[in-house]
Amino acid sequence: MHPVTLYHYVALSAILLVIGVFGVLTRRNLVVILMSIEIILNAVNINLVTFSRHYQHVTGQVFAIFIIAVAVAEAAVGLGILIALFRNQETVQADEVNLLKW
Amino acid sequence: MLDTFFFYAFALLTVAGAALAVTMRSAVHCAVWLIASLLGTAGLFLMQQAEFLFAAQIVLYVGGIMVLFLFVIMLVNLEAAARERQMRKRWPIALAGVLLLAAGLARSLEEGIRLPAPRPAPEAAAGNVQQIATVLFGEYLLPFEVASVLLLVAIVGAIVMAQREDAR
Repeated sequence: MHPVTLYHYVALSAILLVIGVFGVLTRRNLVVILMSIEIILNAVNINLVTFSRHYQHVTGQVFAIFIIAVAVAEAAVGLGILIALFRNQETVQADEVNLLKW
Repeated sequence: MLDTFFFYAFALLTVAGAALAVTMRSAVHCAVWLIASLLGTAGLFLMQQAEFLFAAQIVLYVGGIMVLFLFVIMLVNLEAAARERQMRKRWPIALAGVLLLAAGLARSLEEGIRLPAPRPAPEAAAGNVQQIATVLFGEYLLPFEVASVLLLVAIVGAIVMAQREDAR
C-alpha cells in the first residue's frame, strides 16, 4: 500500500465535488439539492484542511470554520424559504416552481 | 500502515455516503447517508491533526445542520415527492456536464500538484485549538465578528420566512 499523500486527499475532495455538483444539477427535490450543496462545501473543507496540514499553518482551518458558519446560515435561510414555498405552492420539486419564468 | 488503512476506510465512508445521499429516493434516507458522509469527513479531519474541526464538524454539521434538515423533512410532507420522478427531465445533459467537470479535474490531477515546498515546521508547542484561537482572534478578528452578524441575519431571516402570513 502506498502511503497517504496530499494527492490522495485532493483527489477525494475532487470526487466529492463531482458527486455534489451531480446532485445539485439533476435532483428535483429541493431538500436533496440543499444537501448536495453541503457535500460541495465539505469537499472544499477537506482541501483547506489538507493544504493547512501541508504548510503547517492553521489559516486554512480558520477558513474552514468560516465556511461552516456560512453553511449554517445558508441551511437556515434555505430551509426557511423551503417551508414558505411548501406553504404557498404545496410542492418541493425544483422544476415545478416557475413563478418567475417568462 | 495503520494510517493508510484508516484513510481508505474514512474515504470510503465519505464517498459512498455522499453518492448514496444524492441518489436515494426518500429524503430521510438521503439525510442519514449524508450524516455518514459527514462523519467520514470528520474522521479525515482527525487524521490530519485538525482536532478542533473534527469536533466542530460533529457538533455543528451532524448535530446542528442535519438535525435542522431532518426537522424540515418531518415538517414538510415529502411522501408525495418520494413517489414522483426523482431526476429532472434533461438530466443526461447535466450528466454530460458533470463528466466534463470530472474529466477536467482528473486531467489537472494527472498533471500533478506543484506546490512550493512547505516551510520548515515551526516548533509547534501549542495545541491545534490554541493555534486556531491565536489566528482566529488575532488576524481574523474582523471576519469573525462579521460572521456573527451574518448568523444573526440568517436567524432573523429564517424566522421571517418560515412565519405564517396571518401571524404577522
